[in-house]
Amino acid sequence: MAGGEITIDRTASAASAAALEAVAAHLPRNPKGLTRIALVGNPNSGKSSLFNQLTGLNQKVGNFPGVTVDRKTGVSQLTPQHRAEIIDLPGTYSLYPKSLDEKVITDLLYDRTSEQYPDFVVVTADASNLRRNLLLFTQLADLGLPAVLALNMMDVAEQHGVHIDVAQLQQELGVPIIPMNARKGIGVAALKIVIAQTLDAPSVSFYTPSDEMLPMIRQIRYYFNLHNDYLALHYAHQFRHISFLSADDRAYIQELTEQYDFQPTPRQAQETIDRYARINEILLNTVAVTRTERNEPYSNRLDRVLTHKVWGYLIFFGVLFMLFQAVFAWASYPMELIDEGVAWINKLIQTNFHGPLINLLTEGVLAGLGGVLIFIPQIALLFAFIAVLEETGYMARVTFMMDRIMRKFGLNGKSVVPLISGVACAVPAIMSARTIENWKDRIITIFVTPLMSCSARIPVYTVLIALVVPDQKVLGFFNLQGIALMGLYLLGFFAAIFSALALKILLRRKERSYFIMEFPVYRWPRWKNVGITIIEKVKTFVFQAGKVIVAISVILWVLASYGPGNALEQAEAQVRATATQQHLTPEETDNRIASEKLENSYAGLFGRTLEPAIRPLGFDWKVGIALITSFAAREVFVGTISTIYSVGQDADMRTVQQKLAAEKDDQGQPFFTPARAFSLLVFYVFAMQCMSTLAVVYRETKGWKWPILQLLYMTGLAYVASLTVYQLMK
Amino acid sequence: MLIRPKSPKPAEQRRVTDLRLGETGTICCLKDPEMALKLLEMGCIPGTQVRLNSRAPLGCPITLVLGDDDYTLSLRVSEAATIFLKD
Repeated sequence: MAGGEITIDRTASAASAAALEAVAAHLPRNPKGLTRIALVGNPNSGKSSLFNQLTGLNQKVGNFPGVTVDRKTGVSQLTPQHRAEIIDLPGTYSLYPKSLDEKVITDLLYDRTSEQYPDFVVVTADASNLRRNLLLFTQLADLGLPAVLALNMMDVAEQHGVHIDVAQLQQELGVPIIPMNARKGIGVAALKIVIAQTLDAPSVSFYTPSDEMLPMIRQIRYYFNLHNDYLALHYAHQFRHISFLSADDRAYIQELTEQYDFQPTPRQAQETIDRYARINEILLNTVAVTRTERNEPYSNRLDRVLTHKVWGYLIFFGVLFMLFQAVFAWASYPMELIDEGVAWINKLIQTNFHGPLINLLTEGVLAGLGGVLIFIPQIALLFAFIAVLEETGYMARVTFMMDRIMRKFGLNGKSVVPLISGVACAVPAIMSARTIENWKDRIITIFVTPLMSCSARIPVYTVLIALVVPDQKVLGFFNLQGIALMGLYLLGFFAAIFSALALKILLRRKERSYFIMEFPVYRWPRWKNVGITIIEKVKTFVFQAGKVIVAISVILWVLASYGPGNALEQAEAQVRATATQQHLTPEETDNRIASEKLENSYAGLFGRTLEPAIRPLGFDWKVGIALITSFAAREVFVGTISTIYSVGQDADMRTVQQKLAAEKDDQGQPFFTPARAFSLLVFYVFAMQCMSTLAVVYRETKGWKWPILQLLYMTGLAYVASLTVYQLMK
Repeated sequence: MLIRPKSPKPAEQRRVTDLRLGETGTICCLKDPEMALKLLEMGCIPGTQVRLNSRAPLGCPITLVLGDDDYTLSLRVSEAATIFLKD
């Protein structure tokens, strides 16, 4: 290791020795002059904790090109003069990627010429499970990357009677080792000092490819001008998945592998076995295990209750119940505050300024912004819950208990959380599907989650049910309205799981599904990690999905506020002309004007255009307008309906209901017959009428394909179901 | 295909899934080549001791404790069935 001063003035020292290739490799590639450090490690090795310790809230979530993996980077102040950019890579067990997520790592570490190529890597390893953790380390070292080993969870290792001779291990591995406890922040300062230095490539090699592979490896190495044999071997293994290789490059490697009859699978298995043999030798010299006569691990005893066939499920439902309480009940207070806050600001602006631009600002932009902000309490609470469940290790148990059931429907044990959260709101639910590694399972989960009845549908359900279902008891205590409400929820749930089943059959994909995962021991949550997770999720939602939501709100506002020519002015003039004759109060006049204006706006025009299409479902153009505006958010239905039927904006639901009941069809009969109401209810159960959800699906799947398919599928399903209901009940 | 070929006794060779709850065996070989790569990386190395630790309420997945690392893996029965045991 070189001294500190040399590093601080890196560019100068590098410039003087520019001819030397070895030094050139250490040139800071980042134009800002930051050292670029990649954080690599096994899942559960404390990598996220270390990342949080190093960067704090100085984190940014971006995308890796072309894949659905978040690229988490952060800036760490190593010394007063020296800052480094840290890239947090997905957790992996080896450099042979098994999932799309892990491919990000090899793409980053293979390409030395890339601007993103790290100056060195920090490898996190769980000291209590060193053998398996060192596998990845030895692979990284053999790639010739300068590395530091962060030996994490030293305390757990000690408890298990594992004593590590760090000095000896450092010698055997040939890299600096920092013993640490990232949860408590122990060793972070030492790590910062070490990574502020210039590091050399590791001096020890752990695996030499066998001689028979050498001719092929050397040809690849010289053809691509690679710096070592092991990297060339990785090219031979993974050329199909390396994104920066051209088609010609791939063809060249393929030809070579065929020519030398290279069998990737057995070679890779043999490499792993050889590496473990080498690691065992190293551990023999450096690790002493004193087997203490221990009681059965407390995790096991806890599991006997928490994954019990009766208690396990009961406790799980208890946890769900709490989660619902949190997302439904606790979140409602801050949500009201946000709602009132936005309304207050709106009013403040409206009373002080006037003009079409002010209307655009208040009714379009601010209303849209309110629609984004209102979700923050639910997202924050849901992710607080999920983060705690994950941190403690309970989530792994839920997955374990539910996998068998969910698998029958093309889902996965890990789909449980998104599906259940979907009853509160599909937006955070879809974001929580990210824990599902398997692409197919994740897409299916994301696709069907919005079919679960979310809380925004409740206002629609209650208004319409109260209208057509009598408030009476059956069998003495079952409330008929309650049964109807439950029926709608069940309808959504069954639609979700059967759609999943259909997708399971339709989607064919080669990526192999593994369930195999580490079963973590129970631990207390690290509150700092929980807090950072919440902030990160909220930020992601506000800045990424929020943009789309605000944009669509503005479009909807324009559609509802403007009409062709001067149709709106004429409508207003006409109402004012007749108002005095009909002795309307000023309030009634305003309501009438609002209603007439909406009818003559572009939205109204769309409603009328839509009418022929929705007539078979029993709807008229007024419902059509509500369906269109509901696209901003389903709960807008009630507000729109009340505007159209010229009920005052602040009217409570009973008056909306009365208005709906009073609405007459052409023959003078009540418009909302049970057939029409149920048709509308079923439509709201199935239809994709939520731009926030579409925006978040776009963000989570990194493309418009899935949101558009979802929109078409759900709306199609809603149409067919509504049609069937109306035609049968008519 | 065998990762580590060893006197094949296809009919009666025991698998991890044949273990009784709490019983320990020694991994002999991994029979599914692709699955084997994943299992090896996660520490299921031939020669390692493995104990059937628990079963999910519906019988699948199961958890295995590997070696003396106190390291627990959770995997589906179909995945575990590719792990064969020494006699």
